[in-house]
Amino acid sequence: MTTPSNDSGAGLLRLHPDGTASRGSRILGIVVLVGSVLFLYVALVASKPDESLDAMGQLVRIMYVHVPAAIACYLAFFVTAVASAMYLWKRTTGWDALAASSAEIGVVFTALTLLTGSIWGHTTWGTWWEWDPRLTSTALMFVLYIGYLALRRAIIDPVSRAKQSAILGIIAFANVPIVHYSVDWWRSLHQTATVASLDPQIDGLRLFALFLGMILAMLLYAWLLLHRFRLEFASQALEAKGLDYALQERRAEGRADAAEVAATAAPALDAEEVR
Amino acid sequence: MPDAPASDLLPRESILRDAALVMGKDLRIERHSKVTLGQLLPFALLVLILFAFALDPDRRILEEATPGLFWLAVLFSMLLAIQRAFSVETADGVIDALRLSDLDPAGIFLGKAAGIGLHLLVLEAALLVGVTVLYGTTPHGWLLLAATMLTATAGLAAAGSLYGVLAAGLRVRDTLLPILMLPVVAPVLIAGTEAFTAAYEQSSGEGWRWCGLLAVFAALYVVIGIFAFEPLLEES
Repeated sequence: MTTPSNDSGAGLLRLHPDGTASRGSRILGIVVLVGSVLFLYVALVASKPDESLDAMGQLVRIMYVHVPAAIACYLAFFVTAVASAMYLWKRTTGWDALAASSAEIGVVFTALTLLTGSIWGHTTWGTWWEWDPRLTSTALMFVLYIGYLALRRAIIDPVSRAKQSAILGIIAFANVPIVHYSVDWWRSLHQTATVASLDPQIDGLRLFALFLGMILAMLLYAWLLLHRFRLEFASQALEAKGLDYALQERRAEGRADAAEVAATAAPALDAEEVR
Repeated sequence: MPDAPASDLLPRESILRDAALVMGKDLRIERHSKVTLGQLLPFALLVLILFAFALDPDRRILEEATPGLFWLAVLFSMLLAIQRAFSVETADGVIDALRLSDLDPAGIFLGKAAGIGLHLLVLEAALLVGVTVLYGTTPHGWLLLAATMLTATAGLAAAGSLYGVLAAGLRVRDTLLPILMLPVVAPVLIAGTEAFTAAYEQSSGEGWRWCGLLAVFAALYVVIGIFAFEPLLEES
């Protein structure tokens, strides 16, 4: 009879002692950290406020975060769609974990985009929310992917969850251009695009700050993705192992019961024979 | 059986015949249960009345907002119609029977979509009468109105069947379906509202462009549904 080892389900999966980090992710983390310090210096101190005609002044500094965050969220959702398609093709859990992790980080970056856009709008337009086409379609995309994450939480069976979320991951991404196009068209009928003034005369250090922000946002995305992916992969493995472990335990219990029944039945049989 | 002649006319092994069978089944269920007529239709009209409470009915706001309110009422009713259409499939293991029935999944998808679409068209016709009577608007541009209703309904029904089967069988389906569907059909609300506005103002040039967008949306979701319904049905 095999007795399950004493460690819990978690013990069956040996993680790297340092958690989700590895040599590569540590180096990337340090690069992101050093880059952030440089970025903050360039974006907040070194670069001059925008003083051209139709200028944003100090407000231009929000763009160094807003635009990179927006790019990172589109990148994240693109990765989710590609990983979803790869899952449907290869059917390996890694692709599912990648799609899930990327969508989660994408939602965070989308929230950051909305937040910075709203703060920018408050100072420029005087309202926290303006029905600007880009802001509005981003808000819809935000809810769309919250729905994707909600679906992931709602399905318990891992294979079923992976398959259904993969299909939704692709459909959701196909929706992004439709939503974008229709909202854009809807607003352009009523007013000229408000964010047109968002493309300032950009040069020198300001351009560098924006460029650095974009690189940094993508590196940050990659770093977050590495960790989130490893965590998701480990938790999926744990889920599977946990099930194996529970099955093993129940089987052992069953065998123990059977042995007990046999043991108590044996004397009774003896008694029968004597009589 | 109302569908018997239609499904007999089509060749035995065809997607359209399967679709006609599934649609016929759904219409027969409706004929006996009267859920759409007895519950959804009154609900849709109630929404119109509630809008009047929210927006002052004396200040012509209702008249101006009629196109948007019409499509908003359609979207709310659509959610209920989809939930209804898939709750009849998930009860008593019907969905397993459907999987085992040898019907083409694409046919099942088209049948469900056609059934939902017919229900929605009935609701929309009633809502159109509703806004005319309650909000005092006179419909113009009948051709554009009809084309908008047909294309928008096709899109809503196709997307609805797809997301309906995705959410069917989940314990949280009632709360999950709206959050999954409403952002997706937001373009239908925009395009439907703009096309209706153009029709009511009798300036149908822009309206036909919006109608074109609705047709693209519908075509896209019919194609996605035909391919994605089989794996989704397997897992639901």
